[in-house]
Amino acid sequence: MKKIEAIIRPEKLTETIKGLKNLGITGFTISQVVGRGKQKESQGVYRGKNYKVTLHPKVKLEIVLSDYMVEQTIKKIFDSAQTGEDGDGKIYVYPILEAYNIRTGKEDDTIDDLVN
Amino acid sequence: MEMMYLNTIWIVLAAAMVLFMEGGFSLLESGLVRTKNAVNVTMKIFVDLTIGALGFWVVGFGIMYGKDIFGIMGTSLFGSPEKITLSIELPGAAFVLFQMGFAVACVSIISGAVAERMNFKAYIVTVSLICMVIYPLSGHWIWNSDGWLAKLGMKDFAGSGAIHALGGFVAFAMAKRLGARKGRFNSDGSANVFAPSNIPLASAGAFILWFGWFAFNAGSTLDASNTDLASIALNTMLAGASGGTAALFLTMKKFGKADPSMTINGVLAGLVAITAGCAFVSQWSAIVIGVTSGLIVIYATLFVDNLKVDDPVGAVAVHGFNGVFGTIAVGLFDKSQGLLTTFDWSLLKIQLLGAGAVVVWGIICGTFIAKVCEKTVGFRVSKREEEEGLDMSYHGIPAYNELERFTDIPTGLYDFEETTGISVAPAGSRKERVV
Repeated sequence: MKKIEAIIRPEKLTETIKGLKNLGITGFTISQVVGRGKQKESQGVYRGKNYKVTLHPKVKLEIVLSDYMVEQTIKKIFDSAQTGEDGDGKIYVYPILEAYNIRTGKEDDTIDDLVN
Repeated sequence: MEMMYLNTIWIVLAAAMVLFMEGGFSLLESGLVRTKNAVNVTMKIFVDLTIGALGFWVVGFGIMYGKDIFGIMGTSLFGSPEKITLSIELPGAAFVLFQMGFAVACVSIISGAVAERMNFKAYIVTVSLICMVIYPLSGHWIWNSDGWLAKLGMKDFAGSGAIHALGGFVAFAMAKRLGARKGRFNSDGSANVFAPSNIPLASAGAFILWFGWFAFNAGSTLDASNTDLASIALNTMLAGASGGTAALFLTMKKFGKADPSMTINGVLAGLVAITAGCAFVSQWSAIVIGVTSGLIVIYATLFVDNLKVDDPVGAVAVHGFNGVFGTIAVGLFDKSQGLLTTFDWSLLKIQLLGAGAVVVWGIICGTFIAKVCEKTVGFRVSKREEEEGLDMSYHGIPAYNELERFTDIPTGLYDFEETTGISVAPAGSRKERVV
């Protein structure tokens, strides 16, 4: 079991979700985040004074998957979230040690069910 | 002379209330658009109140109420509108201020329909053209006693046709020409929902519009000694309430939930529809008009969606369709000439002609404005600007700063070199800066 954490451009979210759905992946967690990497500071203006937007708004997707799904999922995120410019985001892959289902109170061995 | 004093107070106050409706438009629109465009719609309302108001004062008023030629346009009073001679006991300046509120309201209708994707400079061009030429011309036909529709006997007391239908159909033509917001329609033609930024804010906007509408309609008496203004205000209240009631129940039945945006628009639809007839119809007719408009607004919204015209706030359904309905409703329910009250067709025919003329004029002008903008400053924003949101790309500041994206962050902490590791600075100096 692996967790894919993808930090992408907010405007690419819909396309990415559609792409994941094509793979049959319908379960994931999304949060609005801010942060920065190589993307340049953008310039704002307020009352005639320039300011730098140092932290860019991004969206974080977290998907837990069986190992064999990981590679194609990453490729799908590349396809749907890439613009080729700085600020497209990052993908991190983590191993998952254990997973539990709160409803049943049992260890979750149904991760593959998210992949229909 | 006493009437002069009383009328002055009433109309100046009414004008201020009508101008306060701009606050309603501003809150309504910024609540219904996405967060990233909330500042932009508010700024557009400022353009209406500033450039639009001045444009109407300098040129528009003269075209509307100046000396008539051929029943089509006015040709005097440019730059000095308050010199108008009125047959009622009212200072010209009060009348001018009141009319200014109407011109500004007409253009604010359009701002909602073109929200989230229109070039800001193009909006300035739009406001100038509407307030200086387009609204005053059709307004002249209907409200100047020498206008061709007025001479036929068209009745539009406070502007269902002259203001709302015109604004609504200019908005329709412009929204169609502008194209939908990115991602609004799917390839199979179905529409996606974009999350509105703040429904309570939009509701506050609707309440302010409702409040202002009492002056919009009752103020159009231009005469504080006319006790009919009480029944006009009551008709306004009843139509707004019944429009909202109808929309509320229909959404509960049709969609399974009491829909806030549709209920807001149902109230506004009722207010729009009674605007033409508020002085001419009975209280029960006002309720019938209100209920009908509340139903029209929902089906019109779905119809506009089906045409794949993207109208973020529903301005076309509220003001366009119900402006036309309100104008026609006078021909049906008028106490002395209506078809349903006197079985006389003659007024209804004139109302139909008037409404038709306004719709055609609106669509022609909307398309014309779009073409002018395309040829000059550019009509639609770039793809990048639309994705980023018009708040940042045109105004440099977001509406809500939930995550404290740029304030009070120590520069050392988010220094580009530090965070990216691209720095070529010696490791020693770097350590010091982190502290």
